[in-house]
Amino acid sequence: MTKVLVIAEHDGTQLSVATAKAVKGAEGVGAEKLDLVVFGNDPASVSEQAAKISGVDCVRVVSGEDFAEPLAARMAPEIAKMASDYSHLFVASTTFGRDLMPRVAGLLRLNQVSDVMAVLGPRSFKRPIYAGNAIVTVNVPETVATVLATVRTASFAAAQMTGSATIEALESQASDPGHTRFVGREGSSGEGPDLSSASRVVSGGRALGSADAFKVIYGLANTLGAAVGASRAAVDAGYVPNELQVGQTGKIIAPDLYIAVGISGAIQHLTGIKDAGTIVAINKDSEAPIFEVADLGLVADLFEVVPELEKLISA
Amino acid sequence: MKILVTLKRVVDYNVRVRVKNDGSGVETDGVKMSINPFDEIALEEAIRMKEAGAAEEIVVVAVGSDQCQQQLRTGLAMGADRAILVETQETAGPVQPLTAAEAFLKIIEQEAPSIVLMGKQAIDDDCSQTGQMLAAMWNRPQATFASKVVLNGSSAQVTREVDSGLETIEVDLPAVITVDLRLNEPRFVKLPEIMKAKKKPLDVLALDSLGLSESTDFEMASYEAPPKRGGGKKVESVQALVDELKQRGLL
Ligand SMILES: Cc1cc2nc3c(=O)[nH]c(=O)nc-3n(C[C@H](O)[C@H](O)[C@H](O)COP(=O)(O)OP(=O)(O)OC[C@H]3O[C@@H](n4cnc5c(N)ncnc54)[C@H](O)[C@@H]3O)c2cc1C
Repeated sequence: MTKVLVIAEHDGTQLSVATAKAVKGAEGVGAEKLDLVVFGNDPASVSEQAAKISGVDCVRVVSGEDFAEPLAARMAPEIAKMASDYSHLFVASTTFGRDLMPRVAGLLRLNQVSDVMAVLGPRSFKRPIYAGNAIVTVNVPETVATVLATVRTASFAAAQMTGSATIEALESQASDPGHTRFVGREGSSGEGPDLSSASRVVSGGRALGSADAFKVIYGLANTLGAAVGASRAAVDAGYVPNELQVGQTGKIIAPDLYIAVGISGAIQHLTGIKDAGTIVAINKDSEAPIFEVADLGLVADLFEVVPELEKLISA
Repeated sequence: MKILVTLKRVVDYNVRVRVKNDGSGVETDGVKMSINPFDEIALEEAIRMKEAGAAEEIVVVAVGSDQCQQQLRTGLAMGADRAILVETQETAGPVQPLTAAEAFLKIIEQEAPSIVLMGKQAIDDDCSQTGQMLAAMWNRPQATFASKVVLNGSSAQVTREVDSGLETIEVDLPAVITVDLRLNEPRFVKLPEIMKAKKKPLDVLALDSLGLSESTDFEMASYEAPPKRGGGKKVESVQALVDELKQRGLL
C-alpha cells in the first residue's frame, strides 16, 4: 500500500507554502493515505493550517521544547522511527528539507532522491543534475523499503487549502542528543513578497555596483509588487543579503515574470529561473548569455532604463 | 586536532554539460575535471584552521575511480598533509551518496578526526546528501551550508545560509560541517607546491577491502536534455518592453 508521510515546514507561527507544494508533488505517487508530520514547541496553530491542505488525511503532531527550532539532529530520529509505517517520505527541497531528509536517509541506510521535478510513478522520478543541464529518470526498486525524496518546489503548484484532515498528537520516540544547539537567526525585514513564491521577481547582478545602487532594483520591484532577487556576484559583493540569491546554490523559483537586470546569465543562475513564465533581461552587452533564454531582451544601460521603466509602469 | 576533508572529482563548473545522444549519461570524455568547488572551499577552511594553529593535520579523502588521484594531488598541493583514495570500479557508474558516506565513515573510524569538512553539494549530481548521511551514521552533529565557522575548543559555532537568511548553531565536536560558497575564497595552487605534493603520501584502498560494496539500488534509467526555452527576442525601447508586457497580460 502506498502510504506517504510529508514533513511540514514552518517558522513557529506560519506554515510554509513549500509544504503545500511538497504535498502536491507527493500526491503523484498515487497515495492511498497521505499524512503530514509537524514538529514544534507549540505547533497548534501550524497544525490547523496544515490540516487545511487538500489531500492530507491526518496531521501528526510531535510537540516539545526541543522542537522549538528545526534541528535535523533532533527531528531525524523521530522521522526514522515513523518510517516503517510509510512507503514514501517527502519534504520540500528547501534548506530545511535538504538539511533534514538525508539525515533520515543516513539513519535508515537508504539512498534518497533529491529535487524531484516530476513523478512518473510510485517509484519513478525525474530530477535535474548538473545545474539543470541534464535531467535523469531515477527508478527506485521495490527492494528499497521506503522511498525518501525531496520535492523541487518550483515544479509543483501548491495544493489547495480546502481540506480538513484529522489532527493527532504523537509522543516523541527519541531523545535530544544534546550535541546540537540553536544559537540565533537573522533574516530579512520580511517586507515585500517572499522570493520563493512571488509571482513577480526583479533581480539585480554585479552591474549594480553597490548596495546603494540596488535601490533602483527595489524601486522597480516595489512598483510591480515584486520580490527582489540577486545573482551570486551581487550577494558575494554584499549588495544584498544571501537569502536573495537565485540559482543552483540559491533559490529555485518559478515566477510568472522574472526581470534580470545587469545579470550575465551564467548557467548556475539560469538553473534557478528555468520555470519562470516570462523572462525579461536588461543588459548593456548584447552578447550576454541571458539574452538566449530571455523572452524579452533590452540592450541598454540599466541606470538609464530601469528608472524609465518604473515611471512608465506607474504612469 | 585532525581534520578530514572530502574531495569529489566532478566536471569543471565552466563546462556546459551535454547529454549523450543515446541518453545513457552525460558526455565526460575529454571534458575538464576539477575538485567540486564546494569541496575546495571546505579544504581552504581546513587549511586556514591549520594556519591559525587550531589543527595539526589535514587528510583529504575521495571515493571514486583511480583518476580521483589527480584531485587528491591538487588537494595536497593546496595544503593537505595526506590523501586517501577509496577506489571504486568505474563500471559501477557514478558513486551514490550513500556509498560515499559509508566509505567516509570507515575512514573516520580509522582516522578519528575532530572535524569533517565537506562541500554542501556536488555540482554533478547536485544531491546535497552525503554530509548529512555521514553525520547520521556517525551519530554526530551536522552543520550544513556553513558561511562562517568559529572553533571554541570542544565545540564549533557555525553560521548557516538558510532560505530565511542566516542561522547560527553550536555543535559539539566531532562534527560534520558542510560548506557554502561564501565561507571563503580558495587559494590558487603555486607550482612549487605541486612539486612538493608529489612527495606527500597518498594511500589507495579498494572499497571492498573496507567491507563495502557500491549501492546500485537506484536505477538511473535515462538522461535527457532539459526543455529548451524559446528566448532570444529583443525589444528596442523601454516603451516597446512595456507594450509587450501589457500584451502578455503581465502588467
Ligand atoms: C559552484 C557554483 C555555484 C554557483 N551558484 C550560483 C547561483 O546560485 N546563483 C548565481 O547567480 N550564480 C551562481 N554562481 C556564479 C555564476 O557562475 C556567476 O559568476 C554569477 O551568476 C555572475 O553574476 P552576475 O551575472 O551578476 O555578474 P557578471 O557575470 O559579472 O555579469 C554582470 C552583467 O552586467 C552587465 N552590465 C554591466 N554594467 C551594466 C549596466 N550599466 N547596464 C546593464 N548591464 C550591465 C554586464 O554586461 C554583464 O553581463 C555559482 C558559481 C559556482 C562556481
